[in-house]
Amino acid sequence: MTATTAEVSAGEGRTLRFFDVGSVLLTILTVICALIWFFPLYWALITSIKPEDEVVRPFSGLIPENPTLNGYIYVITHSNIGIWYLNSTITALSITFLVVLMGICCGYAISQLRFPGRMALWWIILASFMIPVPALIVNHFIIIAGVKLLNTHLGIILPQLIAPVTVIVYKQFFDSVPRDFREAAVMDGANEFQLLFRIFLPMNWGVTTALAIITFIGAWNAFLWPFLATKTEDMMTVTVGITEVQDTFGVAYARVLAGAVMAGLPVALVYLIFQRRVTQAIMLSAGIKG
Amino acid sequence: MLKSRRNEILVAAMLVAPFIAIYGWLFVYPTVQMIRLSFTDAPLIGEGAWIGLENYVKLFTDKVYRTAVWNTSYFVLLTVIPGTAVALAIALVVSRLRGYAQSLVLAAFFLPYVLPVTVVYLIWNWLFDVQFGILQSVIEPIMGQPVNVWRRIPWFMPTVALVTIWWTNGFSILLFLAGLRNISHEIYEAAELDGAKRGQVFWKITWPLIWPVTVLCLTIQLILQLKIFDQVYLFSLGGRTAQTMVLVQYIFDQAFVHNDGGYGATVAVSLFIIVVAFSVLQFQGLRARGER
Repeated sequence: MTATTAEVSAGEGRTLRFFDVGSVLLTILTVICALIWFFPLYWALITSIKPEDEVVRPFSGLIPENPTLNGYIYVITHSNIGIWYLNSTITALSITFLVVLMGICCGYAISQLRFPGRMALWWIILASFMIPVPALIVNHFIIIAGVKLLNTHLGIILPQLIAPVTVIVYKQFFDSVPRDFREAAVMDGANEFQLLFRIFLPMNWGVTTALAIITFIGAWNAFLWPFLATKTEDMMTVTVGITEVQDTFGVAYARVLAGAVMAGLPVALVYLIFQRRVTQAIMLSAGIKG
Repeated sequence: MLKSRRNEILVAAMLVAPFIAIYGWLFVYPTVQMIRLSFTDAPLIGEGAWIGLENYVKLFTDKVYRTAVWNTSYFVLLTVIPGTAVALAIALVVSRLRGYAQSLVLAAFFLPYVLPVTVVYLIWNWLFDVQFGILQSVIEPIMGQPVNVWRRIPWFMPTVALVTIWWTNGFSILLFLAGLRNISHEIYEAAELDGAKRGQVFWKITWPLIWPVTVLCLTIQLILQLKIFDQVYLFSLGGRTAQTMVLVQYIFDQAFVHNDGGYGATVAVSLFIIVVAFSVLQFQGLRARGER
């Protein structure tokens, strides 16, 4: 009996020690991998604050010798980046607002109300998951051109409003609200709109924030459709516009990367501030309830 | 009672109307129109004549289309399984960390995922720049000379795949981390008591328990990467695009560059069929998972 205990504890001691050395090595390896993974971002950031002649010098250092904001100033004064920012903000916020609002309304109706065609609508939404939106670009272009909305904010926004995931997530969350809440509120004389906006929606604020953030990031980052829908530089979003910076600047990497940093900064900040919500949104969109 | 029933339907109609309008106009209608368009010789804007299956016959003899199908498959092959494997490995090591350290390390791996594709393009275009790119100092000793990775065909797809894995892997890492968190500690403790080695613990416990998440990641990635366009288009700018063509890019190329809306739609229909076929498989998989 004593022998067995001793053996077990000796065994434990061994694994513990083994774990310590192994753990430390593994942790160091993890940190090195993370640094390698992060390096491209660091290098872009550093390049953007170097003077152009330092950028192209061989063995240019990991820390800029003469940090400067000239690249940024040049992009701001020599491109339409201010207007692109405005276009991106207008379109991304509109898309976020409309997608979330439609998701809330449609998800609530399917979850809580009984109406003819309810199940058919639900199945269509589920099935639409399968349809590759990039395959529709030709016809989206024809439709938007047909209503003379090419090269307008509305034209950029409209085809991006297709987001079945939002409806599906809201439907599932509203389904899980206990029936008692609804019945009690109906007894008190609340109508459906009050129920939705006073009870169901506040109960799922976290979901709404998460979905809004991920929709905003997606809309800000959208490339293919805004690229097709805009004709003139003054209608481009930042995501599309910064490739123009490269075309006009030629080999001037500090400027090009200053443009890239400015385009990526809003979404990077949104992620860093709302890290937990972004994680939750990813889980939700993959069908894992978080 | 009857009045409240009618009222319920009215409210429902008001709530779903905007969604149905947008869906019908910009989703169902273009899908139907795409199929119709694929049987015509219409330009991008304007009417064309009905030409039956001519466009589809052309698909089979079209060399560039074949290249596009091949490149898309090659790209899927290069990203889906390697990307998922890398994500699992990263999730395994990140899940060992706790608290602040974990958030920080995870942020380093996840941050690229939230960036716009054009930012990713500009960063990597700079890293691989033939004259001044820092990665040439890795390539040069191995190859003996700097390599213009975006212009050398054998280098193109693998490099774009590498960039894509760097860019999009955060998504799979998060899914794997959630999956790993769901595995109960007791199982690991029991294994440790039994004296299981680290390799055994992984292959006998973690791997089978994480398998459903692996399947989920693989299918999501597969369907996502079949629709590859942005990176390939951007990195091939100014190059010989016919050789690096992928499917969505070919839709764009035919419809918008060559003003051949009908044939562009035909290519789109073929992509549509491929993606729907894989999605049905995914859906079956998800349903099987949900029923268990």
